[in-house]
Amino acid sequence: MTDLTQSTLTQKEVRERIESRLASRHRKEKIFRGFGIASIAFGVLAVLVLFTDIISKGSSAFVQTDIQLEVTYDPAVLGIETVDQESLAWANFDGVIREALRERFPDVTGRRDKRELYSLVSTGAGFALRERLAQNPELLGKSETLWFNADDDVDTYVKSLSKSEDGFLGRTSEQKAEWIQSLRESGELEKRFNTTFFTNGDSREPEQAGIRAALVGSLFTLLVTLTLSFPIGVAAAIYLEEFAPKNRWTDLIEVNINNLAAVPSIVFGLLGLAIFINFFEMPRSAPLVGGLVLTLMTLPTIIISSRASLKSVPPSIREAAMGMGASRMQVVLHHVLPLAMPGMLTGAIIGMAQALGETAPLLMIGMVAFIVDVPGGITDPSTVLPVQIFLWADSPERAFVERTSAAIMVLLAVLITMNTCAVWLRKKLERRW
Amino acid sequence: MQTPTLFALLLLLILVAYGTGFSRAVGAARSRGGIRSLASLPSYYGVHTALWCGLPALIILGFWLAFDDSIIRTLVMGGLSAKPESISGQNLLYAQIQNMAAGNLVGEATPQLTAAAEHLTSLRQSGQWLQTALILILSIGLGAFALLQISPEMRAREKVEKVLRAILLLCACAAIFTTVGILLSVLFESLRFFQTVPVTEFLFGLHWSPQMALREDQVGSSGAFGAVPLFTGTLMVSAIAMFVAVPVGLMSAIYLAEYAGKKVRAFAKPLIEILAGVPTVVYGFFAALTVAPFVREVAQSIGLEASSESALAAGLVMGVMIIPFVSSLSDDVINAVPQSLRDGALGLGSTKSETVRKVVIPAALPGIVGGVLLAVSRAIGETMIVVMAAGLAANLTANPLESVTTVTVQIVTLLVGDQEFDSPKTLAAFALGLMLFISTLILNFIALHVVKKYREQYD
Amino acid sequence: MNTMTLNAGEAVPAENKATKLAAEPPSVKNQAVKKPEEIAGTVGSPFCDEAKLRMRNVNVFYGETQAIHDVSLDIGRNQVVAMIGPSGCGKSTFLRCLNRMNDTIEGCRVEGELTLDGEAIYGSKVDVVPLRARVGMVFQKPNPFPKSIYDNVAYGPKIHGIASRRAELDEVVENSLRRAGLWNEVKDRLDKPGTGLSGGQQQRLCIARAIAVNPEVILMDEPCSALDPIATARIEELIDELRENYTIAIVTHSMQQAARVSQRTAYFHLGKLVEVNDTETVFTNPQHELTEAYITGRFG
Repeated sequence: MTDLTQSTLTQKEVRERIESRLASRHRKEKIFRGFGIASIAFGVLAVLVLFTDIISKGSSAFVQTDIQLEVTYDPAVLGIETVDQESLAWANFDGVIREALRERFPDVTGRRDKRELYSLVSTGAGFALRERLAQNPELLGKSETLWFNADDDVDTYVKSLSKSEDGFLGRTSEQKAEWIQSLRESGELEKRFNTTFFTNGDSREPEQAGIRAALVGSLFTLLVTLTLSFPIGVAAAIYLEEFAPKNRWTDLIEVNINNLAAVPSIVFGLLGLAIFINFFEMPRSAPLVGGLVLTLMTLPTIIISSRASLKSVPPSIREAAMGMGASRMQVVLHHVLPLAMPGMLTGAIIGMAQALGETAPLLMIGMVAFIVDVPGGITDPSTVLPVQIFLWADSPERAFVERTSAAIMVLLAVLITMNTCAVWLRKKLERRW
Repeated sequence: MQTPTLFALLLLLILVAYGTGFSRAVGAARSRGGIRSLASLPSYYGVHTALWCGLPALIILGFWLAFDDSIIRTLVMGGLSAKPESISGQNLLYAQIQNMAAGNLVGEATPQLTAAAEHLTSLRQSGQWLQTALILILSIGLGAFALLQISPEMRAREKVEKVLRAILLLCACAAIFTTVGILLSVLFESLRFFQTVPVTEFLFGLHWSPQMALREDQVGSSGAFGAVPLFTGTLMVSAIAMFVAVPVGLMSAIYLAEYAGKKVRAFAKPLIEILAGVPTVVYGFFAALTVAPFVREVAQSIGLEASSESALAAGLVMGVMIIPFVSSLSDDVINAVPQSLRDGALGLGSTKSETVRKVVIPAALPGIVGGVLLAVSRAIGETMIVVMAAGLAANLTANPLESVTTVTVQIVTLLVGDQEFDSPKTLAAFALGLMLFISTLILNFIALHVVKKYREQYD
Repeated sequence: MNTMTLNAGEAVPAENKATKLAAEPPSVKNQAVKKPEEIAGTVGSPFCDEAKLRMRNVNVFYGETQAIHDVSLDIGRNQVVAMIGPSGCGKSTFLRCLNRMNDTIEGCRVEGELTLDGEAIYGSKVDVVPLRARVGMVFQKPNPFPKSIYDNVAYGPKIHGIASRRAELDEVVENSLRRAGLWNEVKDRLDKPGTGLSGGQQQRLCIARAIAVNPEVILMDEPCSALDPIATARIEELIDELRENYTIAIVTHSMQQAARVSQRTAYFHLGKLVEVNDTETVFTNPQHELTEAYITGRFG
């Protein structure tokens, strides 16, 4: 049997040695714990800083400085006699605006000063006026008081006034600041809700730039992605989970799916460029191609989550249906699929959220073009919200910074809504077996 | 007939085929004593007929749509006696012909152009006719063939299920098609690139300046394609990112799994996971407009020279982006370590941190390493943050305060905007894409393998 | 009396099955047996003179459910006390109170007076680290660390700083392995992973790991339930040898094992300590009808 040698240390010595190290061990424990707390704090802090930074930069973009002017649709200034399609196209609406500005500040003379004066109002004011007259032709020859978007420099200056006494003048001259002051005092200059931001497409002028075109483009792209990736993903998951024989081919597919889920998104963009655009000659910048690329990108996510929800359906259900004489296909289509659907939908929403935030692959297929018009279909050139953010972030105008942040806020709001829906759906429809 | 009309007609035909198949099956059964005598339910006969009627026609239609433009183009261009050498010239010419055929005349109409436009119009018309005829004949013919086959003995359900299964299999293979598609697209273009620029120069060259000289004497446009500065830039940014993400992600996973109470976990975990849902373009904006100036200020205040677009800023923000990735993967692996090991260590009188450091982490190490490798692969493939915050200058430097460029940044800059598809500049992007794909593929493969083996160990 | 609310990060183990059946108070079969007034419902002799561990009126709660009801028991020096009872009766929970392993279970609360050599086990000032070094534990499933055999045994002495020099460590490892009766089987492969041993060897490795820190008490939670009969016999032999130097509390669901290894036996039923006596008495002349029913195999 074993040879029992007495320990060389007595129990008392052992206890003394343990006691002597206790303090330092507990100190280490505290330090380790401190690192843990610090890490959590860092993560939470990162979230807070990111969100406060974006919101503090972007919330001001939801209001816009407007200037009230009394305009006269003077046929002489406009240079037209009647209101029709053709005359509207070349009528001098800018002249009307200038006229109104000159009337408001009659003591401004000199060419340079006048040019300075005209730049108070956005260059888009003329277009707004044209729209107005096209819809109300009877206004020709009459006057009315309207609000116009101020130029972005004015907007930036006025917004900065609320933060500090002097404000950020930037390209705004002292003289202009005086005019602005006078307009403010008479109530003819106001910060009002920025509808332009939601109704317009992109523009070179910050005060006229909006996210409508990008939102619609995102919507079309997501529609294409959803209609393709959800059925294909679910079908693939059903095959792999319910029908696939255990062989090397199936293994290959599995390894492939897992790998694709980790391939950088930009590589999918290269695929889109080389195959869809150069080989199949599909239109550049179109939501169709964007949707195709994003389909390939989100497919692994959807397959993986769909498989997980198929797996969670207990085998007893399959056995019960099989025992009634149902074929494999009937078992799956009639019993397993309906039970797994909530989980699959949750996965699909998360996949769509991922697709909505994606930028890099869409740059590859030309969705970075400067597009003003709201796309009307999936083959029209268009851009998407994240790409719009990227484009604006590159613009030098200071007023674009707040618009970029505002666009990010809209994007994040949509994403948070989608994810909340997914969580809600999972909670609501989740079944515990 | 226009394609949408044809498509609608085809759908109608499919519905009709379903109805006819259904009623024919019921009819065939009537003489035998009702539908119980059928091998399958009548609806399966309907679906069977509909599949014959619609499926082949739809497939042919798909192929037609994919290829008719390029075939017509080849025919039109082939019919021209004189055409420009370069591909861009040909593109321009074809666009002119298309415009002319559409009735929007641009520039002057040469007789050759007019003839080509007419040729194009006639080809398009006959193509349309051919398409309509082919599709309709195919769908009606095969539908009728399927109808004739219907008999009570026919096992319609099995046939339908076979087709369904084939469709499912096809969908499952989408992943393989995608991988093959990626490989083919980057491989072919890369091979073309390596015909003009030797592989060794690309892999080991120290100078990157992809602007090709348009004129002989143009300065600063040497067209050098040495990718080493891009590789080092990518590595540096990724290393900074991992330097942030791995300790923070790992420690927060440990804290949440081993220390935090229910309340802290319920609050902190979702909050940190928000970071994973923020689009990368948002991080890019944050890096470029907030972190980079901040880094610069801090650097200047301690007397260091920092460029406005620094590797450090991009790396830091990328690290923040990857934190939730590392922490959720580590959380999974740490939770997979059996409780009995923790009990064993605690039962011997270990403190909690000793248990974690000396038992849990060593046990979870393979899984953690796998997760970190996946995170690295994510970092080197990340695009938007570096595009917006790291800069374009291909500096070969080890100073994180300088601006560096990465593989992904160069792919984007080379491919965004209009350029000829054949210039080495464009092709270089695909060569970089190939490098990116291969390296991430290897990383992913190893990582997934390690994680899988690790999971099997404790299952 | 000491009340502590504990919550720590680990998941609730299987023992946390609700012992919700409120059993009828155990009726006493033999009125002649002396029954101390202060311990409700326990028959036999729960106390002894030279107690190493002394437990009085212990109650354990998992959240709302009470797992242990008012248990009082002494464990004597160099004695092997077996705890038996049907599964879910709380014997493991009780055992885990003795070195505060219940601290690791979220929502677990222990009330009552527990002392080791007269020093309180539960108390705000008590440090569990040296406590657990004094009261070692061997678990149901062998749980060697995924390290070498040597490192498994050396783990405790290293973290506690009992042996720091390599030579000292070598000596402790060899001694512990010898005492666990494993030395001859593993002395040539000390650097091989402990997980590569057979189940019985793994459990003896775990015992060696526990005695390497020179504990005074060893708690064993069904140490043989995952082992085959031959390995079980080895462990039982070992327990008998270890009794010389250590006080041992062992939970087992095998009555034969309890009969073979222990001097005293405690029978638990639905969270209550029903009967404690000399092992021989319990098995030959049980005084409580529940004990008798269990021993004769009417349930369990």
